[in-house]
Amino acid sequence: MTTPQSASIAARLRAATLDALKATGIAFGLFVVMVGLRTDIGPTGALLLRTRWPDVAALCAAVFILRLVLALSVRPQQAAVTPARWAAGLSRAGLLFGPALLALALILPFIPGIGRYELDLGILVLTYVMLGWGLNIVVGLAGLLDLGYVAFYAVGAYSYALLAQYFGLSFWICLPLAGILAAFWGVLLGFPVLRLRGDYLAIVTLAFGEIIRIVLLNWVSLTGGPNGISGIPRPTFFGLPFSMGGGPGTFAGFFGLEPNPSHRVIFLYYLILALALLTNWVAMRIRRQPIGRAWEALREDEVACRALGINITNTKLTAFALGAMFAGFAGAFFATRQAFISPESFTFIESAIILAIVVLGGLGSQIGIAVAAIVMIGGFELFRDLDEYRMLVFGGAMVLIMVLRPRGLVGSRSPSVLLGARRE
Amino acid sequence: MAGPMLEIDNLSAGYGAVQALKGVSLHVEKGEIVTLIGANGAGKSTLLMSICGDPRARAGRVLLDGEDITAKPTHEIMRSGVAQAPEGRRIFPRMSVLENLIMGAQAAGQDPDAELPGVFALFPRLRERQSQRGGTLSGGEQQMLAIGRALMSRPRLLLLDEPSLGLAPLISRQIFAAIRDLNQREGLTVLLVEQNANQALRLAHRGYVLVTGRITMSGSGADLLARSEIRDAYLGGGH
Repeated sequence: MTTPQSASIAARLRAATLDALKATGIAFGLFVVMVGLRTDIGPTGALLLRTRWPDVAALCAAVFILRLVLALSVRPQQAAVTPARWAAGLSRAGLLFGPALLALALILPFIPGIGRYELDLGILVLTYVMLGWGLNIVVGLAGLLDLGYVAFYAVGAYSYALLAQYFGLSFWICLPLAGILAAFWGVLLGFPVLRLRGDYLAIVTLAFGEIIRIVLLNWVSLTGGPNGISGIPRPTFFGLPFSMGGGPGTFAGFFGLEPNPSHRVIFLYYLILALALLTNWVAMRIRRQPIGRAWEALREDEVACRALGINITNTKLTAFALGAMFAGFAGAFFATRQAFISPESFTFIESAIILAIVVLGGLGSQIGIAVAAIVMIGGFELFRDLDEYRMLVFGGAMVLIMVLRPRGLVGSRSPSVLLGARRE
Repeated sequence: MAGPMLEIDNLSAGYGAVQALKGVSLHVEKGEIVTLIGANGAGKSTLLMSICGDPRARAGRVLLDGEDITAKPTHEIMRSGVAQAPEGRRIFPRMSVLENLIMGAQAAGQDPDAELPGVFALFPRLRERQSQRGGTLSGGEQQMLAIGRALMSRPRLLLLDEPSLGLAPLISRQIFAAIRDLNQREGLTVLLVEQNANQALRLAHRGYVLVTGRITMSGSGADLLARSEIRDAYLGGGH
């Protein structure tokens, strides 16, 4: 005699076994060619075919067991409840977590044990935080899937490099110019894609990103093509250069300090921190403005926006322009930090990483994006010792995060107007 | 005598190769509730949308208080006193009720604080739910929100697209009562598209019947309700 309980256990076991068998079948299909057959170069130089059936069998067995364990351990109702509880706890912790993270970022250069390498990593992470926050305006708030965001980063970087090279303009003049030029290109991209949504928009923006890169690569007379532009001027401390020579006209000389190469790194660190915080501040402010709410409404339902009388054209173009502007700032910063840029730095994978940061952080969440940038960029550095397994560990970590938190690290959206803030 | 609030003259419109409206003419006087009834696919929603310029009219004219708005951009039409609660409600699901309402006022250039009390008085439920996400509301509450959001723009003319769709009879009666209330107390002009012909014709002063893009009948609400063709076609026989 079977009780209902044991019957349901048996049913689950059956379903899990079936599921595991399916996964094993797929794995077998993949591994039989990829692992099972291998060609080696023989002693005579001819290719020898070698079979590795035991390896295939081991892999398939591993897939079967792992899939079975996964299917049995994840109960459907549990899977639904846990993220909600997590999110509530995380949003509570987030109240303290954000300021704590900011405080840590502010004092980072003065923490003992933080050297040149850590600061450089910090600068890199903050660059991606800024790019993530910038892209978040386009993707997270306005809901326009942009796969070519790196194009605006490139426009910013090349704007500064070329303006400095041809006209000798300083970083502080070029920074706003780079932002304006990138915003202009954002509008230029925006016009043809006004009527596109979702996948179609993604394809066109992807193509746009590639066009910018290919133009940079081939317009050798202006951009130097694949050789890039080198000798881009370093930023000055409001006119005081960082120079190892010291002397009255330099940063060290003016403040009576011993010349030290770390001054420039610390300055760059605070510069990108300030730029990132500016991005965050503007994005947060705008979210509470009519245009910010229009972006969010656009993400939710374009037809409803039209029926309400929102000017869709202006709404989309401002989102593209503003998002692009911050990428332009970040690009100018990138150029001055590296002192060398080439089209190599602006490939599609950069767009993909920035988009991954935004998605992983939970679309629309500022703090989530900061955490995701630290995890993605910092984590990637952390796994450096793993050599060729680095990508594997990294990919596994991303899959794990998406399984545990399918809506991103911080997946909940808080309203921009609250009950208490409004008088009745 | 002043002309009608809304006058549609020989309007044709459609999507792509589909001609949904084939020369529709109707008019709505100031302070009237006019209903447009018809089967699925008759072109009712297309008519409401093309009043707003999306899709644009292929022929004919739309006049609002005598002004030709046929070629105006959609957002300007919506700023000149027309509001629509679109088909399927189309509230913003991840935004709070309050944010949804504010969007309605802001898009039309109105001050949200001035409009909120009126909407909350009409639908007290929305006041209770104001910090809740739109998507978590029940169907009836979402419909209230869609109408409330449209009212936030302080319209002269309210276009309602199937407000009773998918609602329990009790809830849809509440919605219809609210529309009647708006019309009687505030003198709001309403053009109501409905499949629920029975309720709509009882509420409306006048009605039009739309069949495959053409107006086939018109008359007062009571008059249309009494006609046998209407009873057979739209009221489900002995309903």
